[in-house]
Amino acid sequence: MGSNMGEAHPVAFRNVVMAKELGAKVIHVDPHFSRTSALANLYVPTRAGSDIVFLGAIIHYLLENNAYFHDYVLNYTNVATLVREDYRDTEDLDGLFSGYDEETGTYADQSSWDYQRDENGQPLTDPTLQDPRCVFQIMRRHYARYTPEMVEQVCGVSREQWMQVVQTLVENSGRERTSAICYAVGWTQQSKGVQIIRAAGIMQLLLGNIGRPGGGILALRGHASIQGSTDVPTLYDLLSGYMPQPSALLSAQPHTQDHPNATTWGKNTDIQANIKSEQTLQEYIDAEGEKLGWWSNFPSYIRSLLQAWYGDAANEEDGNTSYRFLPKMIGDHSHLVTSYAMLDGQVKGYFLFGQNPAAGSTHSTMQRDALKQLDWMVVRDLYEIETAAFWHRGPVPHPNAVDPHTIKTEVFFLPASPTTEKDGSFTNTQRLLQWRDKAVDPPGDARSDLWFVYHLGKRLKDLYADSTEPRDRPIQALTWDYEREDLGGWRILDDPDTQLVLKEINGYYVKSPDQQDGKTYTLRDAPHVPGFTVLKSDGSTACGSWIYSGVYPEPGKNLARARNGEGYTFLGWGFAWPANRRILYNRASADPQGRPWSERKKYIWWDEEQKKWTGYDVPDFPANKAPDYRPQAGATGMDALSGTDPFIMKPDGKGWLFAPKGLKDGPLPTHYEAAESPVHNALYHTESNPAAKYFKDRADNRLAPIGDEHYPIVVTTYRLTEHHVSGPMSRWLPWLNALQPSLFAELSPELAAERGIKHGQWMIVSTPRGEIEARAMVTRRMRPLRLNGRVVHQIGLPFHWGFQGRVTGSITNDLTHMVLEPNVSIEEAKAFTCNVRPGRLP
Amino acid sequence: MAVERVHPLKEMLGVFNRELPPAARPATGFFTDTSLCIGCKACEVACRQWNQLSAPDPTWTGTSYDNTQLLGAETWRHVLFIEQIGRADGGGLQGDIQGRIAEAKSSGALPVTPPGTALPFFNTDRWLMMSDVCKHCHNAPCHEACPTGAIIRTEFDTVYVQQDICNGCGYCVVACPFGVISRDDQGDQMAHKCTLCYDRQKDGIEPACAKACPTDSIQFGEVEQLRAHARERLGLLHERGLSEARLYGEDESVLEGGLHSFFLLLDEPAAYNLPENPPRPSNNVVPASFWTVMAAMIFGLLSILFFKE
Repeated sequence: MGSNMGEAHPVAFRNVVMAKELGAKVIHVDPHFSRTSALANLYVPTRAGSDIVFLGAIIHYLLENNAYFHDYVLNYTNVATLVREDYRDTEDLDGLFSGYDEETGTYADQSSWDYQRDENGQPLTDPTLQDPRCVFQIMRRHYARYTPEMVEQVCGVSREQWMQVVQTLVENSGRERTSAICYAVGWTQQSKGVQIIRAAGIMQLLLGNIGRPGGGILALRGHASIQGSTDVPTLYDLLSGYMPQPSALLSAQPHTQDHPNATTWGKNTDIQANIKSEQTLQEYIDAEGEKLGWWSNFPSYIRSLLQAWYGDAANEEDGNTSYRFLPKMIGDHSHLVTSYAMLDGQVKGYFLFGQNPAAGSTHSTMQRDALKQLDWMVVRDLYEIETAAFWHRGPVPHPNAVDPHTIKTEVFFLPASPTTEKDGSFTNTQRLLQWRDKAVDPPGDARSDLWFVYHLGKRLKDLYADSTEPRDRPIQALTWDYEREDLGGWRILDDPDTQLVLKEINGYYVKSPDQQDGKTYTLRDAPHVPGFTVLKSDGSTACGSWIYSGVYPEPGKNLARARNGEGYTFLGWGFAWPANRRILYNRASADPQGRPWSERKKYIWWDEEQKKWTGYDVPDFPANKAPDYRPQAGATGMDALSGTDPFIMKPDGKGWLFAPKGLKDGPLPTHYEAAESPVHNALYHTESNPAAKYFKDRADNRLAPIGDEHYPIVVTTYRLTEHHVSGPMSRWLPWLNALQPSLFAELSPELAAERGIKHGQWMIVSTPRGEIEARAMVTRRMRPLRLNGRVVHQIGLPFHWGFQGRVTGSITNDLTHMVLEPNVSIEEAKAFTCNVRPGRLP
Repeated sequence: MAVERVHPLKEMLGVFNRELPPAARPATGFFTDTSLCIGCKACEVACRQWNQLSAPDPTWTGTSYDNTQLLGAETWRHVLFIEQIGRADGGGLQGDIQGRIAEAKSSGALPVTPPGTALPFFNTDRWLMMSDVCKHCHNAPCHEACPTGAIIRTEFDTVYVQQDICNGCGYCVVACPFGVISRDDQGDQMAHKCTLCYDRQKDGIEPACAKACPTDSIQFGEVEQLRAHARERLGLLHERGLSEARLYGEDESVLEGGLHSFFLLLDEPAAYNLPENPPRPSNNVVPASFWTVMAAMIFGLLSILFFKE
């Protein structure tokens, strides 16, 4: 669901095809019949934006029919935990949870979502699952109205088809079997995307499909190494290894929708935590760390990071000085919100590395307008993409209508180099780091992004070398020596040393491991750390990203290079973070006593003779903690988790069916319509996600009201195998252009007949934001849905075209709006509404 | 460095000294299993890239996702897309599922059923995809039609056009019953088609399309092994209820000897634009010659009778 894997991830889809050959059942639930559907055993057409009803009804079915994996659920999830008495559900408040603040449109007070706790802070439980405040009973009430009838009415999926999906999932889960969910931006690019993924997580926990071979939820990443870009992040709200970027201030009231806590990482949003500021390293650790579970190691990871970035300066004031060097967030600085800031003239300069907002980002008309407000912009790319050309070219059909004299932005277009022209690593969906070598030098002045950033950094350091201003110390203190010693016979001699970068990410000893000789090291001469378990909070170790620690455990042993494809779990191929572990939370692959759930699904188990965990993978559990270990009252850190708590990153060691904290839009997934929808919410009067960021005050972000008859058609967007995203790497290649030369819209014969649109001719798609033209692909692969007696049409649009490149076309993102998901600030490009008519744009 | 002097007589006789052809190797070919094709067209691109074939003008055809349309002088792999949606709406499965729902409801719990009973191997709605290519026929009509000897069989028993000998007459183009071989009318005027990556095979590596195929829909190997594998595969698909699956060109029924590049199809050959019984033009030579001679004789006799006076 939420993924067109066969088209967008054809190489990974090889594994799906192979699994199918071995007997796996492949189900594709999607608004449009794609090449993925063609290979599936079962294709279920559904309405874009209705996923939580589909999944919620499965959750309802599992709970009511006793079809969940009882022993797994009872022992490994928080199903028995009691929630506070003052918690109110969406069933009580007509689509809202307790703690909602009308004025700010946020859940300002999430304290009622917390557990009932004893005097030691330990959660109270009822293993009989009878207490009305236990998660089991709360979920039963929450999903009571998510029925097969509701699925028919909201998703347009017949109950028979839905039942086929449920039946197959249940048959293929449990002790002997497991099922996996694959999703991609079909889920994330919705105003409730995080909650859809949560719903799948709940379903997988109930079926016992987490931490076990063949199970899990696979987030199919959209680009090579985009997983890497969140691990060693390019995101505004994360430091490396999912440690949050500190905030300038945390207030009790997340006073705006742009509150800095917009993070994918679970954050303590309890009021008690919110009033803590993050002005010092200790305050930051108190606010963001956890006392219980693995995250209690947080102080070691942040201190080692500061050590890696600031060297000696990190030792001043026990790390506090260097902590102050870190920029603090003062709001939502995500890409899209920054575009608005740019439009308002608050952003003067812009660096773009492999990003094409003028065609690839939502509401690209607004994006291009925003670029006009910049003083300068640096675009590093392979070709002159739309963003680099926006000052002299514009959208079809009038690309030359732009007058450069009216645009003040100074654009620096610098040639970049693709993967074959640089070495480094990729981290993809499965968290696997794979190293690749440079094959050729880039031509002419083209250089890798790493080269560019490194030399920019060197020049900045030169520029500020003599400054005595305190504000310039972060640049002065930054460790920045990646000079390559082995030049390797290349034409370009000043490329930085990627192995040194990897060594910093892996971590190294600043002081000798035994700390006897008093010697201190720098990156270049330091011994490598073998893994994150040796990281310390006293400044004796440095580590650029704790989760990657162990990838380069000793000189000459870069495990990302490893290429031994043998064995059941391929432990000798590449390096999967953390600790080369292939399946996270794999303690859950054994029963509470530590025995495999079944011989067939044997993975990790407790070896009673050797008194340790063993198996086919690296155990994701303290190696010697026996299944019968029980914590003492008041224990902290990992000692607080029992031998049956597999989810070690959670303070209670349980898989969270109910999320007592960490989400900005509720502890349980709830169906809301998309921000634009042809139908009203059948479950609540609250139509769409009440915590989403709507930017209602902006005149340029016009939305069609829910149920607007002027825009009655649902649109969803997707990728084709033949092109890559907005086309910056593919629309310059004649071989690929010949395969998919033009933007087209896919629509059903019924809709085409209704609107007088002919197959192969042009049609116009319009939304309140703009209009585009596309060729009409009238196909039975799109089918009208019958919802509650009413026919709802859907159309599908790829988004690979723009006004640059060797083939051009309208920009699909000119149609999309700027309503952002509250947790991660992502746009809703997968479900919005439009109207269509035959013809071309004037 | 001493230059070896060739005796004038030896040099003169050199024209009769022909290099021995390479020793015959096991016949190689393709088995294209359309039940595994995901329509990614990686084979088309890999083929163009390896063989440095130019791209056709970008033209949106509206024929499903097929904008290449035909095999040709510059297109040696071509992926077809055949939409078969709404063929069997409803179907027999619904009743089965209804029964199970009733059962689940009456028992109050989900019935324990053996895994994997409900779903067919393929949807009833289908989007068939197939990567088409030169068939490298055992009795290749193009080979038989070539008057210059430009088309030969290689040591891998594949059909190969020697570009330096081809004179562009185009006889092969009309002879091919599959519409594979074409003359490059925009370029060198010569006939071109898939070489089964002869150059790569010489170096012991598989053809570019097979290498690029992510799902092993295109399989390269020795023809005999591929045929055995194909028959096994067909049996498996039949077992899985895919009764429409069939092999095309794997046995000798097609073109009196079979194809070295053959296919597993999920529908009638005609659905894939493949002839059920491709004609072999050379079979017409004897009857056509006979009738030509007969006609000549009759006309001769007639004219003798006519001009007898």
